[in-house]
Amino acid sequence: MMIAKKISQIQTLIIDGKEVGGRSDETILQVARENDIFIPTLCHLDGLSEYGGCRLCIVHVKGLPRLVPSCTTLVREGMEVTTNSEDIIEYRKGILSLLFAERNHVCSVCVSNGHCELQWLALKLGITHVEFPYIYPKMPVDATHDRFIADHNRCVLCGRCVRVCHEVEGAHTKDVMGRGITSRVITDLMNNWGESNTCTGCGKCVHVCPTGALSEKGKSVAEMEKRRQFLPYLKRMRERS
Amino acid sequence: MEKIKFATIWLDGCSGCHMSLLDIDERLLEVFSKVELVYGPLVDFKEFPRGVDVTFVEGAISSNEDEEKILEIRNKTKILVSFGDCAVTSNIPGMRNYCKIKDIMQRAYIENADIKDKTPNIGIPHLMPQSRPIHEFVTVDVFLPGCPPPADVIYYTISELVEGRIPDLTGRTRFGQ
Repeated sequence: MMIAKKISQIQTLIIDGKEVGGRSDETILQVARENDIFIPTLCHLDGLSEYGGCRLCIVHVKGLPRLVPSCTTLVREGMEVTTNSEDIIEYRKGILSLLFAERNHVCSVCVSNGHCELQWLALKLGITHVEFPYIYPKMPVDATHDRFIADHNRCVLCGRCVRVCHEVEGAHTKDVMGRGITSRVITDLMNNWGESNTCTGCGKCVHVCPTGALSEKGKSVAEMEKRRQFLPYLKRMRERS
Repeated sequence: MEKIKFATIWLDGCSGCHMSLLDIDERLLEVFSKVELVYGPLVDFKEFPRGVDVTFVEGAISSNEDEEKILEIRNKTKILVSFGDCAVTSNIPGMRNYCKIKDIMQRAYIENADIKDKTPNIGIPHLMPQSRPIHEFVTVDVFLPGCPPPADVIYYTISELVEGRIPDLTGRTRFGQ
């Protein structure tokens, strides 16, 4: 059934001193990207719903008392947005550093080395070392599936796998269990992936994963390249029908 | 021009970063016209000398001996460079960090031994409970990540330090390069 689209209005706003325009149903992130303004993201992925979890895309909006995630904040007429002040960049570096410290991101032996968004973001934001003490937790690796591996050492809890499985594949095999630092992505009700009777084996979760947390079996160090072209395509086709 | 005193050392690492240092190839000649190598794995001095200008430290801190060395090096060095992923993040040596030392020794020297399955305990440094990056022990002036850091970036770093500048390594090398 076709739902009548809300009529969206054109809003004009200022991002980093530049006058830009966007529809009222667009987020600051979308409008910034349309105008080639760089805002780093991790949990955001074109084709999935916004989650606002990683907080890397935080921006300052004049008049608001705190920083807001640009991926979940809609543009409004007259907004004045700052995306890359020194403070904001420092916060982003802090967030990334915490992600590195929280699990075992041993890039040199990771299947995604060289194709990893976390690694790329660290390079882009100029992180040459992590100030926080590393936790080096003992994390499980689930290799029970015939074709895929879940390595929780590399997981950043961005939730992309959970969303793609629920929203696109419609299986909702993946979810997040626990709170805070004990959070973990689980399969079904915390079963082995290979024993899941909801997983369709489509592999979408593997390919939206920004790191080496989800990978295909048989890939060695630096061999796991993710292919995500299907996602915006699927979304467009569904919107059209 | 007076040559700067240059030292390198590897602690808990694989020597790969030193290999990458050698990979700057013919530019080594240029580098060594400006630096004097006063200490390193291939230099036959037992004592780390005083008044070193620049020291490249490869490897994580994994034993009490590593810790003593890094404290000594810090005292005797003006600019300390954390050289490679093991020094910066503890990398591969850190992969044992969630295990007990007893279990690691058991695995390495008993279970995997073909002959003489015995844990060595005489005249060797004792492993610390965890392998940690060097900046958790001493102040580090320059971080040069990479596994190993690319030769070009090493050359750039040395060139800048020779000229008395602190190199800006932002965007030049990454973890696991």
